[in-house]
Amino acid sequence: MFPSQFEYLAPTTLEEALSLLAEHAEDAKVLAGGQSLIPLMKLRFAAPAMIIDINGVPGLSHLQEDRRGRGYLRVGALVRNAALERSELLKSRYPTMAAAAPLISDPLVRNQGTLVGSLVHADPQGDWGSVLLALEGEVVAKSTSGERRIPATSFFDGPFTTVLRSDELAVEARVPAPGPRSFGTYLKLERKVGDFATVGVAVSVSTERGVVTRAGIGLTGVGPANIKAVDAEQALVGHRLTGKAIQQAAHLAAAASEPRSDVRGSADYKREVVRVYVARGLHQAFDAKAA
Amino acid sequence: MAVTDTSPGWLGKSIKRKEDDRFIAGRGNYIEDINLPAMLHMAILRSPYAHARINGIDASAASALPGVVAVVTGELLAQHKLAWMPTLSGDTQAVLATDKVRFQGQEVACVIAEDRYVAHDALELIEVDYEPLPAVVDPFAALDDGAPLIRDDKDGQTDNRIYHWEAGDAEATERAFAEADRVVTVNTHYPRSHPAPLECCGCVADVNPASSRATIYMTSQAPHAIRTVFALVAGLPEQNIQVISPDIGGGFGNKVPVYPGYVVATAASLLIGRPVKWIEDRTGNLISTGFARDFHMKGELALTNDGRMLGLRVKMLSDQGYAYADAQPSKLKAGLFHIVTGSYDMPAAHVITDGAYTNKAPGGVAYRCSFRVTEASFLIERLVQSAAYDLGIDPVELRRKNFIRSDQFPYTSATGFVYDSGDYEGALDLALEKARYSELRAEQAELRKEGKLIGIGIASMTEALGAGPSRDYDILGIKMFDSAELRVHPTGKAILKLGVRHQGQGHETTFAQIVAHELGIPPDDILVHEGDTDNTPYGLGTYASRSTPVAGAAAAMVARKLRDKSKKIAAHLLEVAEEDLEWEIGKFSVKGAPDRSKTIQEIAFAAYTDHPPGMEAGLEGAHYYDPPNLTFPFATYIVVVEVDAETGEWKPRQVVAVDDCGVRINPMIVEGQIMGGLTEGFAMSAMQQITFDEDGNCIGANFMDYLLPTAWETPHFDLYETCTPSPHHPIGCKGVGESATVGSPAAFVNAVVDAVAHLGVRDVDMPVTSGAVWEAIQAVKGTG
Ligand SMILES: Cc1cc2nc3c(=O)[nH]c(=O)nc-3n(C[C@H](O)[C@H](O)[C@H](O)COP(=O)(O)OP(=O)(O)OC[C@H]3O[C@@H](n4cnc5c(N)ncnc54)[C@H](O)[C@@H]3O)c2cc1C
Repeated sequence: MFPSQFEYLAPTTLEEALSLLAEHAEDAKVLAGGQSLIPLMKLRFAAPAMIIDINGVPGLSHLQEDRRGRGYLRVGALVRNAALERSELLKSRYPTMAAAAPLISDPLVRNQGTLVGSLVHADPQGDWGSVLLALEGEVVAKSTSGERRIPATSFFDGPFTTVLRSDELAVEARVPAPGPRSFGTYLKLERKVGDFATVGVAVSVSTERGVVTRAGIGLTGVGPANIKAVDAEQALVGHRLTGKAIQQAAHLAAAASEPRSDVRGSADYKREVVRVYVARGLHQAFDAKAA
Repeated sequence: MAVTDTSPGWLGKSIKRKEDDRFIAGRGNYIEDINLPAMLHMAILRSPYAHARINGIDASAASALPGVVAVVTGELLAQHKLAWMPTLSGDTQAVLATDKVRFQGQEVACVIAEDRYVAHDALELIEVDYEPLPAVVDPFAALDDGAPLIRDDKDGQTDNRIYHWEAGDAEATERAFAEADRVVTVNTHYPRSHPAPLECCGCVADVNPASSRATIYMTSQAPHAIRTVFALVAGLPEQNIQVISPDIGGGFGNKVPVYPGYVVATAASLLIGRPVKWIEDRTGNLISTGFARDFHMKGELALTNDGRMLGLRVKMLSDQGYAYADAQPSKLKAGLFHIVTGSYDMPAAHVITDGAYTNKAPGGVAYRCSFRVTEASFLIERLVQSAAYDLGIDPVELRRKNFIRSDQFPYTSATGFVYDSGDYEGALDLALEKARYSELRAEQAELRKEGKLIGIGIASMTEALGAGPSRDYDILGIKMFDSAELRVHPTGKAILKLGVRHQGQGHETTFAQIVAHELGIPPDDILVHEGDTDNTPYGLGTYASRSTPVAGAAAAMVARKLRDKSKKIAAHLLEVAEEDLEWEIGKFSVKGAPDRSKTIQEIAFAAYTDHPPGMEAGLEGAHYYDPPNLTFPFATYIVVVEVDAETGEWKPRQVVAVDDCGVRINPMIVEGQIMGGLTEGFAMSAMQQITFDEDGNCIGANFMDYLLPTAWETPHFDLYETCTPSPHHPIGCKGVGESATVGSPAAFVNAVVDAVAHLGVRDVDMPVTSGAVWEAIQAVKGTG
């Protein structure tokens, strides 16, 4: 690859990384897995003057659960998709994430790419954004001036833009544990393995005595950013997962999507796939006896 | 799968490929591996517009960048009469744009620099003043009155029509349609695809200012033809041009033409006096080099109610881009597209073809295809299936009823091809048996009751390949023979030199096996040498499945010449008359006294140490083979797919391929070719296309948009064979490199259509994306 010239810095502590960011905020780009940044630099669509490679920063590779309260998952900024794909913890307690991880691109990209990098990159076709919206996760951002926790619902600011400041490093993503009697999945329509989603649907449902107490539905590839299908979620809460409730939620989710026609398919088609996939995801939830 | 052949000789033996050791060990020698002292690097600036006037180019900032040696523009080339070059179809194409750019991605300027980074940095400093013009994207609109004229540079060109060409008998076909009970129509577009070899194009041009010799290392499937074109274009004496094609990482037709990068690098080396290397990037390859297909086709089939085919009428419009740059025989404007009657005994056919200029990249190369046979095969196989539905006859029965029977060969088709041999029912029957066709139909009916969809698609294709006989086939006037030179050294080891150039087809093994079979020298003792114009006999190159039909025949023939000479030497050594000798592979022995014999190795040694008085020394010869006819391999492909009725998603469940390419020299290599072809057939039918928006912006200029299937989604293939040797090829071979790419797309599309045919769907254009299937279902729902 023949990118524009850039300076390459490889901090070895978090403090160093943060102060480099503070100093060079406007000119610098953080390098995590490089699976989005490097292709952009190769095409010279991005030409940062400086690369701050965080791969040598210790303390960013944790994938663990904090069991306090309802509990939550902590995904460090250097946790690779491949690690998420293999994680038993995800398989047993975070089924939406476990379903999404192996559908992200191909094994090569998964070996490098990170969940946090994907969130920061904020590609409307990125899968993790929808998953975090469905699960109501958050991003922990650090800078020399402190730390803040940004809910996924206010993190994304449009295609390829987030509210993260240029002096901030996203150090981890947090995902609340869905808890017992929960089910979730991720369904993705792609043209081939390694392709971005034509349509992706994240579903997560928790129930108590057969009644939905919490529902999360995130949509990929059908709008200018990942979409949280709030109306559909609310239509489920307080109801049993009957065929009728599922159909209604699926319709609402389809209505919340804003797809565009392109080589992947017409807007009508994508909207229909949202409907079908949301229904399928919820039926799987029902079959899994989340209800 | 290949079975071990225990017969004597070397044909039918799946020996391992001799070339693979170096590839596997990373010790191949590709263009990127070639580095010469004092070598410079070239990068190409491409047009962002599909159609624009160039008001000026300011390269001063780029030229001033340290490390930049030169910036080459069209204006500079024009001073040397090199701004335009001929295409392989006799049209012209800009080397670097002078007046206008005519497609997005067109070559506008080149930077020559000390390293590639600097070259790319300098590209960003070149300022081009473009005045955008309306782009012509649709080939039908291109032919409308008042459409913007794309080739205003050409004297006498007043519209965007490139050619109008007809084949077959119009009147006879009209009569057939008048008598028909039914006419079935298929209107389809074979989308623009791209060969997308994993190694992009590139060259190292080394013009030595002292000797005036130009040594050009380039990714070329046809080095000899390219050298001749260079001699004609640049006016260089041909003996001073040496074209070397080193190892090539895939070609598929993409590496037949001459591209601007080759020409500019050579001109730059000539002007600067240092070697210049150009390595194309992926986007450059996809956006500007030889694309494939892009045929808009309307086929009409005239039939009787009981399913007899009476005639075929085809109208085709080819979207050529801004230059007519097909690599194809000059007499055949639409290549071999007129073989469109396929495997069927069609009494009458008439084909009308037109070519239109559009603001797109030129090329129209026959991607893994014998000069447009692919589109033809697709059309007839789609028509047959549609006709079967309309007549209520099983597609298998309709094929059977109309096949050219094996006792009809040689068979002259309505458009003038003389098919050499075939047994189409044999291949079909075997495929049906292996796919368990009747059980599949029962299962399909059962599953439909549960709302589940499977579809069964068949294609029984016949190809014409191995161009070709000199009376009909030439490229820019050069006849399409091919050649072999063979020398057996004193120690009995041989070197075989050929005019073709493999790009992964296994020639180093296959052609060694041919000579081994004819002479008895083991393949390991035979070096196969290709791709260097100074050191191989003249030939037209490797494409259109022609290597084994033509160069393979030349190899057999030259080996036979040496065997004839060997017999004389053996007679001399054994002191008997030639008539008293008999040949078994590897040695001559005296009839009735088998212990008195001479091996080919002993004979070779004698050819240099003890040759008969009056005979020329040595054991060496050459043969230029002018094939008497094309060869006609055939196949039946059966594809079974599952279709999701709600989303249109589909996936192949089973793929059965029965190929008949005559005698198989190395069955393992043949199967590799078929698997590769099936993979590409699947890719084209399922996912590949290069599209353009209304401004002519290319969508499909990288591998995120132009999709290559991986092992994940590529189905499993069950391969079988029948064998109907070519009656005119010296060892009975036909070509096979392209059969599956040509034939299988129709099987995949037929399968998907078959799954939803009961709903009324008759057609889904390629690529058959899930969205396209869904739309097709919605469309018939709408009409109720
Ligand atoms: C062929 C291919 C196919 C793909 N397919 C998919 C797919 O199907 N679905 C999908 O979701 N994704 C897909 N991706 C994208 C992939 O998942 C990326 O890995 C991911 O989007 C970015 O993560 P990364 O770690 O590689 O980030 P990088 O490329 O290193 O960075 C991406 C951006 O985020 C910033 N950044 C990264 N980490 C941080 C941080 N900790 N703090 C602040 N800023 C940060 C960088 O500065 C950069 O702007 C694909 C990528 C490729 C190359």
